[in-house]
Amino acid sequence: MAQPRIALEQVSLHYLSPQGETQALHDLSLAVEPGEFVSIVGPSGSGKSTILSLIAGILEPTRGRVLLDGQPVTGPSRRVGYMLQRDYLFEWRTVRENGLIGPEIQGIDLTRARQRVDQLLEQTGLSSFAAAYPDQLSGGMRQRAALVRTLAIDPDLLLLDEPFSALDFQTRLTLADEIHRILKQAGKTALLVTHDLSEAIALSDRVVVLSRRPGRVKSVHEIRFDLGRRPTPFEARERPEYSAYFQRIWQELEVQGR
Amino acid sequence: MWQTYKRRMRRHRLLVGAAQLLILVITLVIWEVAADRYWVNPMLTSRPSDIWQTLLRLGASGSLQRHVATTLWETLAGFVAGMGLGLGVAVALWWWPTLARVLDPYLVVLNALPKIALGPIFYIWLGDRWSVYGMAIAIAIIVTVVMLHSGFGEVEPNQILVMRAFGATRWQILRKVILPGSLPTLMATLKVNIGLTLVGVIVGEFLSARAGLGYLIIYGGQVFQMELVMTSVVILAAISAVLYLAVTWLERLVSRLLHLPVRN
Repeated sequence: MAQPRIALEQVSLHYLSPQGETQALHDLSLAVEPGEFVSIVGPSGSGKSTILSLIAGILEPTRGRVLLDGQPVTGPSRRVGYMLQRDYLFEWRTVRENGLIGPEIQGIDLTRARQRVDQLLEQTGLSSFAAAYPDQLSGGMRQRAALVRTLAIDPDLLLLDEPFSALDFQTRLTLADEIHRILKQAGKTALLVTHDLSEAIALSDRVVVLSRRPGRVKSVHEIRFDLGRRPTPFEARERPEYSAYFQRIWQELEVQGR
Repeated sequence: MWQTYKRRMRRHRLLVGAAQLLILVITLVIWEVAADRYWVNPMLTSRPSDIWQTLLRLGASGSLQRHVATTLWETLAGFVAGMGLGLGVAVALWWWPTLARVLDPYLVVLNALPKIALGPIFYIWLGDRWSVYGMAIAIAIIVTVVMLHSGFGEVEPNQILVMRAFGATRWQILRKVILPGSLPTLMATLKVNIGLTLVGVIVGEFLSARAGLGYLIIYGGQVFQMELVMTSVVILAAISAVLYLAVTWLERLVSRLLHLPVRN
């Protein structure tokens, strides 16, 4: 069997603070295969974002192991890109310079990086804004620029922490389609954390439902559509299977909400 | 519509400017007339025409230039040294957060302490020449440290998270996010500091110096030459205005070059 891109093996995580100890994750196991798009949904406080921080190497598990391509995660890896809810662009850098921050940090050859960033700007429709500053961009464009920044280091794995939640509905649908297309074309693996169940189903190959705190995997749902090629996230929302999945997973979330 | 609006705005601006000039002129005229008619004692108040004469006399003998140059040089050197040292300490406090926690009460006390009280100590430790610099730096450095360090702390934590996720070192985070992100704070600190340094220099000169405008003011007071005191104060006012404008201009320039919002 092929090596999973990410594997969490019985991971527990405790947060310590002056107020005491909180268990965010309990005995959580999860694997994501190369090229897969997996979403994590669950009630707030179920430790969804914590999972991403663990894989990004920003947090260490209290117990258990986090593996990236079979190797334990010991710190941030250049094979991993991390995208947050808001863009957090650097206002004093142009869009292109924002895109180059990752390569600068990782000492990647800047001539090549510049070519790659320009190509990504092209793909995201930002070419004419390469020399603009973030405050000249709309919310959707800013988040696209953040995507360019994340992809500039050419990561194998993308961690997406509610990257669409700060956008208006229309932009959200367009951008979801765009990100999905770019990631699938490049064969990237993606792990998306979201509150939005419809978004999770439309984008993913699998949806993982977490329990309430401390988070465990409650159930996993394979998302499959009949008839030919995989529909784009936008098309997926129109399919009959879509509502069936929505009903099923929604009920699970509802049940544990009570 | 817009034309009328623009015209009205320009008229308003002209009006404000005229009023500002008028206040100056009226003050000077009343001052001159009051002293001339002995409504007030010119020995105590001096008068604008005397100040003008004194200015010309000092300028002709070259002593005006010497005193102005001394004060200016001390201010600029103290300003640069205070900013540099303050920036260094602020970076150290950011780098070692525990150090910042440990030193916090000391910074609070030093910040609250009127630095002028340290004058005699500097005089004894550093001598008449260097105590002026000591005073200038002492008065500016604590504010610099406190303002910059809190500015560093206001940098968006998620921008730092983005850096960490890329695997950035602490040094890279400092250079690429903390420092550029705090440039508006640095500019605000410059503005505060240029004024504070000048205060430090004048106080330092009061206490010990043999040259400079502070010295001239004290000397004039001691020999009861009010026109000398008044002249020095007028020059000092002009110098502070010029220095402040220079820093404002520098702020504009840096903001435009580095694309930062101008903070007022």
